[in-house]
Amino acid sequence: MTEARHHEAHHDDLPFWRRYIFSTDHKVIGIQYGLTSLCFLFFGFCLVMMMRWQLAYPGQPMPWIGKWFGESRMPGGVMAPEFYNQLGAMHGTIMVFLGIVPLAVGAFGNYLVPLQIGAQDMAFPKLNMMSYWVYFCGGVIMLASFFVPAGSAQSGWTSYAPLSVITEPGNTLLRGQTMWLIGMVFLITSSLLGSVNFITTIIQLRAKGLTFMRLPFFVWAQLVTAFLLLLAFPPLEAAGVLQLMDRVAGTSFFLPSGLVVSGKPWVASGGGSALLWQHLFWFLAHPEVYVLILPAMGIVAEVIANNTRKPLWGYNSMVWAVLILGFLSFIVWAHHMFLTGMGTAISSFFQTTTMLISIPSIVILTALILSLWGGSIRFTVPMLFALAFLPMFGIGGLTGLPLGLATSDIQLHDTYYVIGHFHYVVAPGTIFAMFAGIYHWYPKVTGRKLNATLGRIHFWGSLLFINGIFMPMFIQGMAGVSRRLYDGGASYLHAQHVLGLNRMMSVSAWCLALFQIPFVINFFWSLWKGRKTEENPWDATTLEWATPTPPPHGNFATIPTVHRGPYEYSLPGSETHKDFYPQWEPDHVAKARA
Amino acid sequence: MSERHSHDISKHVKIYRAVGAALIVGTIVTVVAANVHLGIAVGIIVALVIATVKGSLVAGYFMHLFSERKLIYGVLGLTVAFVIALVGLIMFSYRDQQGHARGAFPVPQQHVVPHHAEAEHVP
Amino acid sequence: MSAIEIPYNVEERPDTGLYNAKLGVWLFLASEVMLFGALFSAYVLLRVGAENWEHGAEILSIPLGTVNTLILILSSVTMVMSWASLKMHNFARYKLFMGMTLLCALVFLVIKGFEYSAKFHHHLFPSTSTYMAIYFTLTGLHGLHVIGGIIVNGYLWGPGAGMWQTEPQRFTNRIEVAGLYWHFVDLVWIFLFPTLYLLPGK
Repeated sequence: MTEARHHEAHHDDLPFWRRYIFSTDHKVIGIQYGLTSLCFLFFGFCLVMMMRWQLAYPGQPMPWIGKWFGESRMPGGVMAPEFYNQLGAMHGTIMVFLGIVPLAVGAFGNYLVPLQIGAQDMAFPKLNMMSYWVYFCGGVIMLASFFVPAGSAQSGWTSYAPLSVITEPGNTLLRGQTMWLIGMVFLITSSLLGSVNFITTIIQLRAKGLTFMRLPFFVWAQLVTAFLLLLAFPPLEAAGVLQLMDRVAGTSFFLPSGLVVSGKPWVASGGGSALLWQHLFWFLAHPEVYVLILPAMGIVAEVIANNTRKPLWGYNSMVWAVLILGFLSFIVWAHHMFLTGMGTAISSFFQTTTMLISIPSIVILTALILSLWGGSIRFTVPMLFALAFLPMFGIGGLTGLPLGLATSDIQLHDTYYVIGHFHYVVAPGTIFAMFAGIYHWYPKVTGRKLNATLGRIHFWGSLLFINGIFMPMFIQGMAGVSRRLYDGGASYLHAQHVLGLNRMMSVSAWCLALFQIPFVINFFWSLWKGRKTEENPWDATTLEWATPTPPPHGNFATIPTVHRGPYEYSLPGSETHKDFYPQWEPDHVAKARA
Repeated sequence: MSERHSHDISKHVKIYRAVGAALIVGTIVTVVAANVHLGIAVGIIVALVIATVKGSLVAGYFMHLFSERKLIYGVLGLTVAFVIALVGLIMFSYRDQQGHARGAFPVPQQHVVPHHAEAEHVP
Repeated sequence: MSAIEIPYNVEERPDTGLYNAKLGVWLFLASEVMLFGALFSAYVLLRVGAENWEHGAEILSIPLGTVNTLILILSSVTMVMSWASLKMHNFARYKLFMGMTLLCALVFLVIKGFEYSAKFHHHLFPSTSTYMAIYFTLTGLHGLHVIGGIIVNGYLWGPGAGMWQTEPQRFTNRIEVAGLYWHFVDLVWIFLFPTLYLLPGK
């Protein structure tokens, strides 16, 4: 038995900055990730609300705030095309890397995984703290890039070469794209450290009796997600270093020979390949989208099981599906590259793996839907968001199919159809699941419940207007409106008849923003005035509900032993509860026999 | 217990020395082989095979991989599979590229006309 | 409230047979395999797509590269011997072997620095050609990893070695984990050396 570290102070005696700023407690770190990522999500949303003005009223000065941005970005209050591109590139980057992943993995994962497996903390608490602060630094660098003279990165969140290389290069770090690359190195490092922590924790620190097939589905989702982050991010880190070299050291990893820019030959050694960037980028970015969705599916599974008072339908198949999904996600990436001149053989390969990967996705979605059948459904606010996730993710997934088939992708690639597709999965998909999680676990973290009326207003308004933004995008996309056009397609001849939808979409975006206000008010008001709850207000079965509320440092007074699976709802056996049998309650039958 | 451990370790020490010697020999062999004109393809294969053998010795004995747990094997196996997928599929897509073929993998193009600035478009 | 005790930091978990840091470092090394694998894939693609590719022996110094390879191999041997010494409870020999490991690492860097400055002197920079670009990037990133290893090993040889007095098994585990990282750095170089220095050009 290892020697306890005598010199380490009792936790309560630690000074404020070590208890709440540089804490190694996974719950504090989880909350840090949560608050930071929610701020970034809000900021990223603001960026797109500005873009939506330009799309709805191209060329018109933005009211009230148009004059804040200076003459180079918004001359006369009218958005310059370069600024539109900056907003677009940073919206994507911030939402994906600074918003959703830190929220889904850093916040929910960090807070809940040790609790759900019956551990006192993560396997490497100091590494956990480092992960957060490296993420924070990466975020600061990304935000700072807005303030350099030529503005932030503006070549899309995908940073395709050669455009990303030739835009304001130079051996200075004060360029938006260069800062983007450095910021990405920080964010990737944070993720890598985090994923090592998650995998080790889940494998090594499970409580006694908690076999793998008794894990809550949320933990399985986090385990697979951690593997995706671990193995898929490094190639992007490598590519980022290569692009940094191209921009700063004048190399030509991604610059082909004979490149001509604005009529003049570009001075570089040449011999590089722009496609190499795309391959390395998408090798990460495709598994990345599964990183965005898997924790969400995990949250929805927990909320559904709890609010139907039934075990999840097909738990085993869900586990196998998520493992297969994780594996396949590494070999589908070039479906983002169907129009780069790839031949038919390689396109067929990627098209096939892409079609195959829809199968485990459908298995998971179907299992979640079937879990509702015969349930005693409680329409709590988390359940509303979890229920909405199902059809919204369904739409997102189905609209992915014509994109994953090489032939139909010819028509749809780089159009608004793609934007509609992926936003459906991430916005009413993942973000709704995040909201479900916040409403569901808020009582555990704070000891108070969020107000249900405000929650319902938040839900219905969000559901309505989020569809108002993204549904018309399919129409625009099929009519041929390309993405990343700063005027929304107004200066082209085709597809003019669908551009009127832009106004409706923009108004929906602004209304969606308004309906987040009840949530923000609710979130902060309930911290002081919310109804206090007991330890297990939702009558849930998983281990996080076995701790005091909020859980103290070290989580469990005594480490629980697990006696059964995670979703024993409406199954007999419990002596203390009528319609559920928590994982930690001792096995009375076995005890009686002994 | 530590006595037995000591014996185990001293056996390992002999192995470490042997592996070290093998690695030195391997290095010399690979440098010598590079000086022999084997042609590009054979030269690459020989160098990679020797490197793989040396790498396996380092991984297997110094990193104790030959006596390691299945879990570690699993993680590494998955990783190697994905590296092969990364390199292999990139190469495959390069080879299967439409249009003008270049490099070490000439692709017979029957239907596609290579684009030059002066070429006429075939109607 | 007492300090948290994370289990399996020192003793192995029965069903996995691993202690936490060992699993952790192997996972980290898996990610490093992907990192260097991606860089190798860049090398392969750039080389295959190039009309001409430099012959390593004409630009780089094979003798220096060979010496560096042998030095790293030696450092791997001394690294594993330093761990073995701790397993045999011989702290003095541990210090000796770890010191030799550090010395080898420093010599490696010195030779590398010499090679780099010779390149610059001959006006060979990363921007000169894709071959030079990938040479500097691959060896530069590898060099950064060597520096990282020097920092970690230096700590474990110096200030960190005090843990041997209070928690000898935990300290031994740390050396094993540091060793795994160091052997990986050696392993990468075993592939880098023939790829960059020895392969014929075209």
